[in-house]
Amino acid sequence: MELHNLSIREAHELLSKKQVSSAELTAAALKHIHQTDALIHAFVTVSDELALEQARLADERLRSREGVTLLTGIPFAVKDCISTKGVCTTCSSKILENYIPQYNATVMDRLAEAGAVLVGKHNMDEFGMGSSCENSAFFSTHNPWDLERVPGGSSGGSAASVAASMGAFALGEDTGGSIRMPASFCNVTGLKPTYGRVSRYGLIALVSSFDSIGPMTRDAYDCAAVLQVIAGKDPHDATSLLAPVPDYIKGLEKPIKGLRLGIPKEYFQSGIESGVEDSIREAIRKFEELGMEIREISLPHTKYGLPVYYLILFAEASANLARFDGVRFGLSVTEGAENVIDMFLQTRREGFGPEVKRRIMLGAYVLSAGYYDAYYLKAQRVRTLLRRDFEAAFEQCDALVAPTCPTTAFKLGEKTDNPLTMYLSDIYVVSTNPAGVPALSVPCGFSNGMPVGMQLIGKHLSEDMLLRIGHAYQSVTDWHLKRPVVAK
Amino acid sequence: MTTYEPVIGLEIHAELLTKSKMFCGCSAAYSEAPAPNTLICPVCIGLPGAMPVVNKKAVEQAILVGLALNCTINPMNQFARKNYFYPDLPKGYQISQYDLPVASDGWLEIAEDSGEGSLRVRIRRAHLEEDTAKLMHQDKSALVDFNRAGVPLLEVVSEPDMHSTEAALAYATMVRSILRYLGVNSGDMEKGALRFEANISVRPVGSQEFRTRTEIKNLNSFRALMRASAYEIQRQTRLYESGCEVVQETLGWDDVRGVTVSQRSKEEAHDYRYFPEPDLPPLEISRRWVEETRDQLPELPEAKSQRFVSAFGLTVKEAKRLTSEKALADYFEKAISLSRSPAKIINNWITGEFLRYVNEQGLDLDHLPVPPEHLAGLVDLVTGKTINENSAKVVLKEMFETGQTPEAIVEAENLAQVSDESYLEQVVAQILKDNPQEVASYLGGKETVFQWMMGQAARLTKGKADPQVARQLLLQALEKARNK
Amino acid sequence: MPKNHASQTTIIDINKVKYVAHLVRLGITEEEAAVFSPQLAAIIDYFNLLNEVETGDTPPASETSTIRSVMRADDVQPSMPRQDFLKNVPHQDGEFVQVPQVFDEE
Repeated sequence: MELHNLSIREAHELLSKKQVSSAELTAAALKHIHQTDALIHAFVTVSDELALEQARLADERLRSREGVTLLTGIPFAVKDCISTKGVCTTCSSKILENYIPQYNATVMDRLAEAGAVLVGKHNMDEFGMGSSCENSAFFSTHNPWDLERVPGGSSGGSAASVAASMGAFALGEDTGGSIRMPASFCNVTGLKPTYGRVSRYGLIALVSSFDSIGPMTRDAYDCAAVLQVIAGKDPHDATSLLAPVPDYIKGLEKPIKGLRLGIPKEYFQSGIESGVEDSIREAIRKFEELGMEIREISLPHTKYGLPVYYLILFAEASANLARFDGVRFGLSVTEGAENVIDMFLQTRREGFGPEVKRRIMLGAYVLSAGYYDAYYLKAQRVRTLLRRDFEAAFEQCDALVAPTCPTTAFKLGEKTDNPLTMYLSDIYVVSTNPAGVPALSVPCGFSNGMPVGMQLIGKHLSEDMLLRIGHAYQSVTDWHLKRPVVAK
Repeated sequence: MTTYEPVIGLEIHAELLTKSKMFCGCSAAYSEAPAPNTLICPVCIGLPGAMPVVNKKAVEQAILVGLALNCTINPMNQFARKNYFYPDLPKGYQISQYDLPVASDGWLEIAEDSGEGSLRVRIRRAHLEEDTAKLMHQDKSALVDFNRAGVPLLEVVSEPDMHSTEAALAYATMVRSILRYLGVNSGDMEKGALRFEANISVRPVGSQEFRTRTEIKNLNSFRALMRASAYEIQRQTRLYESGCEVVQETLGWDDVRGVTVSQRSKEEAHDYRYFPEPDLPPLEISRRWVEETRDQLPELPEAKSQRFVSAFGLTVKEAKRLTSEKALADYFEKAISLSRSPAKIINNWITGEFLRYVNEQGLDLDHLPVPPEHLAGLVDLVTGKTINENSAKVVLKEMFETGQTPEAIVEAENLAQVSDESYLEQVVAQILKDNPQEVASYLGGKETVFQWMMGQAARLTKGKADPQVARQLLLQALEKARNK
Repeated sequence: MPKNHASQTTIIDINKVKYVAHLVRLGITEEEAAVFSPQLAAIIDYFNLLNEVETGDTPPASETSTIRSVMRADDVQPSMPRQDFLKNVPHQDGEFVQVPQVFDEE
């Protein structure tokens, strides 16, 4: 078994038995990245030196057996919107092309404390604005399953990385499907935790009300291992939850028999590729076999998820991106600037891509005097209705199952002409973030040779149960074990 | 010809005296910081990914102010983003409060300077926000120091209930006094810890309408507040008198030229696009917290002033003078409690010689070398006739310089007053003998020479002559000479 | 009353585009404003879909979050070393951050 193909669990076992060292694992990961990424373009930055140094320290820990965790010595990478001290963090935007943060995001501190080894930063849609990774200002990432197709977005680089075994796991970020959608396109397990379960301190914000950092891994077990380390209250993040962090790994073995699984009927109406629907239905049959009670439920406001999501996104993103003004960091264009306003105008003109520009203008529009009630406030009210839909559903069910995306991965360039078309591909994943509920995307089949992912959605703070269900499913199926053969 | 009256509302920005900043743990003591850009962190310089966390003390101080201003403390608070671009605003938005501020619907009773009646100024709201960085304009560029960015600010907004610049001054003075009493603001306008903005309009006397108003920003002294308001009132009145309209705009005050200057026309009026701050959950202020905070309220200036009038028989003016600063009022009360002398006399000494010395030397009322018990002792020595007033002034100076007790100084310098009549008779006799021309002059009707001769008595006794005794003896001696 | 979305009704004209672009300090040309105009309008128009929903008294979600009253004690924490800050500052003058001339817009 090639070293770079090892899952966290497998690698940890070998490391514990001293059959392999972190230095070897890391060197193998880096070598594989340098070979494979030339085709995939998942990485913006590869931090070889830093990684090897961290591996060395991890090996010391493993030798002394002190402070060893499941993640000690394991190579990983993160989406390039997570601040990594000393390592370039770009959000795949020109405006941050050379920005090196002087502080670490809380999740990075926690992973470092656990002894994990950072190998690099992943490409994404610029500032998380996109669903295909084609909005990166640098380059598009390619789906390892078919290099002419998109990996999904905005955590496209992270999904492609894990799928192509470039690093044992990744941290992505999900604002409106950005972990789940690419996980589904790339045959990877991806978790959007409950809003506030994982600290956002150090995460370059897109939509402060929706953003959630989460693990992208080979399977539910690995996902649990990563979540265990990054979850928990952070005094630096006022929106992080106080609730104690359960033992996610132990929780995996609890039985799922008798749990009620709901099928939201609105998620199965027209527009789904037949291959996708078949895979989901097959998965539902499996759940039935596993003893879960299947029932149909309704999430009546589903179709309003998109406008609610996007209107709030426009508003909050336009405020969050106001700090990129050329004063304290990042791109600063002063040639010909007669005054500071010229600097603002020029810097943001050159530094932001067209999708970012559209969205921040729309944000100013929906918040501006005279429009606030009709758009932003209205969206916030309908958001309450979306939340109540989920609350009502979870009175009848323990979890919901649905497709992650109506289609499998589309071709590069296919949807870039019309921004609206791209927005519409998010239809199944955008309602969860406004409601703050967790959702796990799990591989469940193939359609026309491309991976299909299904979503398991749970109520507030139920990620332990979602992981349990995912784990049970992965114990009786092998979709998640399939690996792409990356070739031109 | 229509007479116009001013309609004035004031916005007061007060930097709160917390140890750390509003949303992060950096020190808030920027005015003491020697070096620029050293009291900074990812949060207050708005680095990507940084997040705010509310300073509980700032909320507490805001509640204190709200209570002192007779406001309702809102049980549910929400912070909001106020969006605009400026180099001193790191995030491109200021975290402030919009819909749900800390306090609202309060009032302050202020006495008009004439002493006739009082005016109730309603307070619309008081809300928390963060201060901006410091911008220093240069020739073709500007420099920014982020030490001040994120310092807690409390903004107090009044209704336009003031109809004279005097009323505005009285209100501003009272609010400043209250803030200092509460220990939540230094009151230092020069350093920018307290800033004013005046909203000015005029209307025909007797009408209830509200005409277009202008906003004068960044007034950093009472003098500027008064002058700018007066100028603007006159400017607007003249406009209406000549049939013109007043344009809504933001103005600055040019103190050198003595005029208000337009900064922004209404076309560029800011669209702040307020929305609730998603990084800060709603803040509940419980009844209990409010009541616990209310228990911490000290006696406020107005109440203290009234008490001084009734308890110590001072005039309203005297009481107001003493209670303008809490430290001064406390000093006075302590001194009274330790003294046998009448309150009026203690008041005269404190507001006279004592304060003169304090102000000349630029001393801090909270850290004086002369504690109240020493001052009390000094006044008692005077009223007990142990020393005369002139000597007392000398002793006071020495007390400030050495910190010694008045008794010790009097003894060491041998300043005890001489009231011994027989000795003073000799002194008086000496004066008359040595100055026959002056005696003749006095007897001839030049009364002013008497003072000169009193001066001689002081000189000859090295200032220790009891003036009353000396005066009596001198008068007697002179009359005797007249009758010779 | 369901709204008919077959015909677009939202118009965001070029002046509006320039206005919102300036609000977010985005330098755009006249030509770019013309390109953005129909794009922005189409997006907003689609999202007018929300008008179908009766919201009446439904409170906005920003007031229904479960977390409340998160505060920290008034303790001073060490600040960031200035040289770390200055490493990323594009234009500096000694200890200060430098920007081009500022006219009083605030």
